[in-house]
Amino acid sequence: MTAVAPARRRKRRSIPIGRILLLGFFLIFVLWPLYWMFNTSIKPSDDYLTVPPVWFPSAPTLVHYKAALFIYRGLDGLINSLIISLSATVLSALLGTLMAYSLARYNTGGQHLSFWVLSQRFLPPIGIVLPVFLIYRQVGLYDTHVGLIIAYTVFTLPVSVWMMFAYFRGMPKSMEEAALVDGCTRWEAFWRVAVPLAAPGIVAAAVFAFIACWTEFFFALILTSRTAFTLPTVFRAFIGFQGAQYGEAAALAIVSLVPSIALGVLAQRHLVRGLTLGAVRG
Amino acid sequence: MAEVKITGLHKRYGAFHAVRGIDLDIRDGEFTVLVGPSGCGKSTLLRTIAGLEEISEGTIEIGGEVVNDFRPRDRDVAMVFQDYALYPHMTVAKNIGFGLKARKMPKAEVETRVGEAARMLGITALLGRFPRQLSGGQRQRVAIGRAIVRSPRIFLFDEPLSNLDAQLRDEMRGEIKRLHQDIATTMIYVTHDQIEAMTLADRIVLMRDGVIEQQGTPLDLFERPASTFVAGFLGSPRMNFLAGTLTLSGGAAAIRLSDLLLPVAPGRNLDGATDGQAVLLGLRPEHMTRARGEKPAEGMFRQEATIDLLQPTGSRSYATFRLSGAPVMAELQAHDVSRPGERLPIDINMSRASIFDAASERAL
Repeated sequence: MTAVAPARRRKRRSIPIGRILLLGFFLIFVLWPLYWMFNTSIKPSDDYLTVPPVWFPSAPTLVHYKAALFIYRGLDGLINSLIISLSATVLSALLGTLMAYSLARYNTGGQHLSFWVLSQRFLPPIGIVLPVFLIYRQVGLYDTHVGLIIAYTVFTLPVSVWMMFAYFRGMPKSMEEAALVDGCTRWEAFWRVAVPLAAPGIVAAAVFAFIACWTEFFFALILTSRTAFTLPTVFRAFIGFQGAQYGEAAALAIVSLVPSIALGVLAQRHLVRGLTLGAVRG
Repeated sequence: MAEVKITGLHKRYGAFHAVRGIDLDIRDGEFTVLVGPSGCGKSTLLRTIAGLEEISEGTIEIGGEVVNDFRPRDRDVAMVFQDYALYPHMTVAKNIGFGLKARKMPKAEVETRVGEAARMLGITALLGRFPRQLSGGQRQRVAIGRAIVRSPRIFLFDEPLSNLDAQLRDEMRGEIKRLHQDIATTMIYVTHDQIEAMTLADRIVLMRDGVIEQQGTPLDLFERPASTFVAGFLGSPRMNFLAGTLTLSGGAAAIRLSDLLLPVAPGRNLDGATDGQAVLLGLRPEHMTRARGEKPAEGMFRQEATIDLLQPTGSRSYATFRLSGAPVMAELQAHDVSRPGERLPIDINMSRASIFDAASERAL
C-alpha cells in the first residue's frame, strides 16, 4: 500500500493537457453554432452580417421572437408540432411495443414479417408522398392533426418495432414464464413483468420516434397548409424574395430546441434508472 | 399435494423430436429427479408439466385431472428456474407475494404468508431489498420462497443449483432435501448432476435422447443399471468397462478378458446368455480393494497389479492400473497405496460387478 499511494497521488495531481485541449475543441465545435444562433436571435437586424461580426450584441432585443412566434405563426406551429409529435410518439411506442413483443415471443409471421416491417423504411418517402396527398385530400385528412399523426405513426413504427424487438429478444423469457406459473395470464405477464423490464428500450425507441417527428419537414410541407402546419414548415417563410429573416429563424430554432432538450433530460433519467435494474443472473 | 401421471408424451419442435414417448407415474409426495445429459429432453418434460410448452401427443394428469389444455396458472404448480427468474423491478417481498397477489389474495394475508415463507428460509432481513442487491444463494432462496408461499400441489425445479458455486450448491442441496422432508409435497427436479440426483431423489428417472433409459430408486439404478449408459452416468469416478467374452462351459460361468478368466459370482442370473457371447464387464472403482489375507473371500477375484497413476483425494486414492491390458481405476483407502509404480494385490468384488451385452449395451 505504501508503495502505491505516492504514485497515485502524483498521478492525480498531473494535468491531462491533451485531454483538456481535445475536450475544449469538442465543446467549441458543439456549442459555438448554438451560441451563434442564440446571438443572432437577440441581435438587431442591422448587426446580422457586419464585418467584423458582433460577438456580443450591445442592445439585445426580443423582436425576432415576437415576430417569429406571432407574425409568422411560430407559436401555432409549435403547438401543432407538440400535439402531433407527442401523439405519434405515444402511438408508435404503444403499437410498437405490442408488435415487437408479438414478433419476439410468439415468432409471429416467422422470420419474414419482422424484416417486412423494417423494409417499409427502404422506400424513399418521396415515392409515396403524392399518393398519400391524393388519398388524404379525398378522405378529408389533408391539413388535419389526425392526418399527420397517422402518417408519422406509420413512419416511426418500423424503427420503434425493430428497436424493441431486439430488446425483447435479449430479455430472458424465464421471468415471464415465472409470472405465468405464478398465476398471471399472458396479458398480465406482459404488462406487469415484460413491459416494466423493457422500459429502457421503450423509452429509447420513443425518444427516437419523437425526434423523427419533431424534425420532419417533407410530409408536413405536402400534407398540411394553414391549420395543422408544424414548426419545421414555418421556417420556409423566413427565406423570401427580399432576403432571409436571420433573427426570426434563429429565434424559432432556439424555441424548437426547448422541448427536445426537456425530453432528452427526462429520458436520460429513465434510461439510467432502467439500466440499473441490471442483470439478475448470479 | 397431487400425483402426476404422464402417458405417451411426445414433444416435437418442427423436425426435432425432443421427447419421444414418455410414460411416467409420480406418486403423491414423491421427490422425483429427472436426470440425463444435456439435450435429453428432461427440461422439456418439466416445462410440459408446468404448461410452458404445449405437448404434441399424449396426456398429462395432475391429481387425476387431465391438464393438457390448462394454462400454467390453472395447474397449481410452482417452478424454480435455473436463472431464478426473479422480477428485477420488485423487492424480495413483492417477488414472493407476486403469485398470491396475481391470485387476488387479500393484502393482509399476502403479508402474513410472505413473512412465514421468509422466516422458513431465513431471508426476513432481505424482504425490502431488490434482487440485484442479493448474492446467488440469497436469490435462490427468494426463488424457492416464491414457490413455497403459494403451497402449490407440485414443485418443479429446473436445474436450480447449476448457477451456484460448489460449496453453496452442497448447502442448498441439503436445504431442498430438508424442505421436502418438512412439507412432503410432490417435487419434480431436473438436473444433469448425478450427485444431486442420487442425494435428493426418492426416485430417479434417467433420460436419454427423449426417452426414459431407466427409472427407480437411486440404489436400484446404482446397483442394477439397465445399460452401460446408466452405469456410466451414475457414480463417480465412473464405472470401468472391460470387453470380454462369456464362457458358460464347464459348470461355472466366467468372463474371459484377453488373458484372464474372471469367474462370475455363483447364483447370478444369466438367463438368455449364450456361451461365447461378447460382453462388457462393469466394475465400479469402489468395488475393488487392496487384498488382505492369504486367500480372497467368497466372490472376490484377486489380481496382482502395478499402479501406473495415482490420484489421492485425501481419504481415498484413485489408483489406475492395467487389467488384462485395459486401464482400470480403483478407489482404494489412502493408506493402502503410497506411490505410482507400486505393485500390490487387488481384490475385485465380482458379486457386485455388472455384465452387459456388448452389442446392445443392455444388462444381462
